[in-house]
Amino acid sequence: MSSNAVYNKTTSMDKRIRVLVAKPGLDGHDRGAKVIARALRDAGMEVIYTGLRQTPEMIVNAALQEDVQVIGVSILSGAHNAIVPRVLDLLREKDMTDVLLIVGGTIPDTDAVRLKQQGVAAVFQPGASLEQVIEFIRSSVKQPA
Amino acid sequence: MSKPLAVQASPSLASTQTLSGLPLEESYGPEHLASAGAERPGEFPYTRGIHRSMYRGKLWTMRQFSGFSTPEETNRRYRYLLSQGQTGLSVAFDLPTLMGYDADHPASLGEVGKCGVPISSLEDMETVFDAIPLGDVSVSMTINSSAPVAWCMYLAAAEKQGVPWARLNGTLQNDILKEYIAQKEYIYPPRPSMRLVTDVLEYATRHVPKYNPVSISGYHIREAGSTAVQELAFTLRDGIEYVEWALARGLDVDDFAPRLSFFFNAHNDFFEEIAKYRAARKIWAHVMRERFGAKDERSLKLRFHSQTAGCSLTWQQPYNNIVRTAIQALAAVLGGTQSLHTNSLDEAYALPSEQAVTIALRTQQIIAHESGVPSVADPLGGSYFVEELTHKIEQAALDYIRRIDDMGGMIPAIECGFPQSEIADASYRYQQEQERGDRVTVGVNRFTEQQEQPLEILQIDESAEQKQVEKLTRLRARRDNACVTEALQTLRTAAAGDANTIPAMLDCVRAYATTGEICEALRDVFGSWQETSVL
Repeated sequence: MSSNAVYNKTTSMDKRIRVLVAKPGLDGHDRGAKVIARALRDAGMEVIYTGLRQTPEMIVNAALQEDVQVIGVSILSGAHNAIVPRVLDLLREKDMTDVLLIVGGTIPDTDAVRLKQQGVAAVFQPGASLEQVIEFIRSSVKQPA
Repeated sequence: MSKPLAVQASPSLASTQTLSGLPLEESYGPEHLASAGAERPGEFPYTRGIHRSMYRGKLWTMRQFSGFSTPEETNRRYRYLLSQGQTGLSVAFDLPTLMGYDADHPASLGEVGKCGVPISSLEDMETVFDAIPLGDVSVSMTINSSAPVAWCMYLAAAEKQGVPWARLNGTLQNDILKEYIAQKEYIYPPRPSMRLVTDVLEYATRHVPKYNPVSISGYHIREAGSTAVQELAFTLRDGIEYVEWALARGLDVDDFAPRLSFFFNAHNDFFEEIAKYRAARKIWAHVMRERFGAKDERSLKLRFHSQTAGCSLTWQQPYNNIVRTAIQALAAVLGGTQSLHTNSLDEAYALPSEQAVTIALRTQQIIAHESGVPSVADPLGGSYFVEELTHKIEQAALDYIRRIDDMGGMIPAIECGFPQSEIADASYRYQQEQERGDRVTVGVNRFTEQQEQPLEILQIDESAEQKQVEKLTRLRARRDNACVTEALQTLRTAAAGDANTIPAMLDCVRAYATTGEICEALRDVFGSWQETSVL
């Protein structure tokens, strides 16, 4: 994260949706995260990409500092059941439950259902289109009047 | 009377360019043979294959990449694969092992046994190969930043089986450059990492002569979203870098070059892939002879493993993946591959189930034994189209290689993010074409179905992590810890100096030092690497 991103915080007049794209865990497969980050940016959103190997603590702290409305985590290693609940816990602890958490990656159906029950707003599995992700974020983020 | 069906005219979907964006003509003719050589397979520059009779002499090795859960589970899968007619093994390690962490490290939480098998010590390596004679089976190990550690464990496991190293036959991926470029499983900064690669290469050349110490890999570059040309160019340029480092170490080119091997992707565009393999052999033969002065014919021959494209497999209508994989595998065989992994139909979901991996293996066996394809070497040689495409890909790859030479080689290119940003651009372009419908993926953006058939997938036992942690705790209590500490200190000293680190690392492994401890000792000396992300 560059310091510029922190100093140049957008004002409340800026209606652009702010999204943190994060890669937790040890997995280095960042093709999906990067494609999503670019697509959200091209769709007019303000995107901050964490880079690789972020712990849940680092992700939630970055979300707090960057004042994002959405966190998108990309996991292809099968570690989602250990990582995602921890992110949700931290969001609750820090009173950030208004931040939308979405998950993308190779997440089996049964796990996707469980993650959503635990508080994940959406799970995008392989084959989801960029358009679906963009639409979901646009329709789910509560914009200030 | 029922209402007549609305029948759509068959739309024209043929593309005017290859998957990688190379323009295609409507047809090709004799004028396109100008750049094709008149040589036979087995003759320089080996565009047509490295052997005169190709698969008549020896079929490709059928080698399915596998590893999951625990060393015990993985050993069972290996015995199963060998009993089904597989002819080589290929070890998939889990992420903690690849990143140099033990199963009980905090960073390993949730990752143990998920993407591969956890190997935290020699004990785990012995278990994985229990009852598998290492002198008779060739073993490939896909591991990079912690490759020297895994390799030392493998050598020590062979010692324990009483197999002399001279009989060991196999491949260590040990290709760190493509980690910075694409797969991102790096630990140390590029230069000390290159020194470790060269340590393995030197030690193998002197002590494990039949073993392939580096598998220069384009597979991951392609999976990260590159084009076929980028895959080829970056991989060959990585190869040039390894050769330069080995020469700087004082090795003679013909002493190690015959043991260098390559690993390419087999993607969807059938002819483009075949042309890519042909161009790869041609460029490498010239590079080795002209740039490095290699004289031994074996130094000039590019041998490669191939794997069908994981990123081409779809979540939707997963049984279609069997067909995709068969076409991709056929391209690899027509392109003259030395060994092949065919992906399983369920890989967009999880690691493959036993049923899925069996179908994938059968796909290779059908190509080998029923299609007739392997009977004649390079059957597409002389095709106007394939020869012209081979030429086009060769020229485009050479252009990239020259640009990287001008940057001062692959390390400066990586440091300024050049290959990374080329790949990021290509992968975004690919996804946009898919979204616009310019690129058809059956079942995803055309010919879709409402209801998906549920698939039985492999579930990784969540208790694997606990089992591994308990095993490590027992090991740490049982072993001679003073001996471990001393061996690790000797390794730090070797790493800080100029000596080859492998002898010291072998002593660590024999004392049952763990993967995490050994990589930690090297981190103490080398530091670790953080990339600047290129979006």
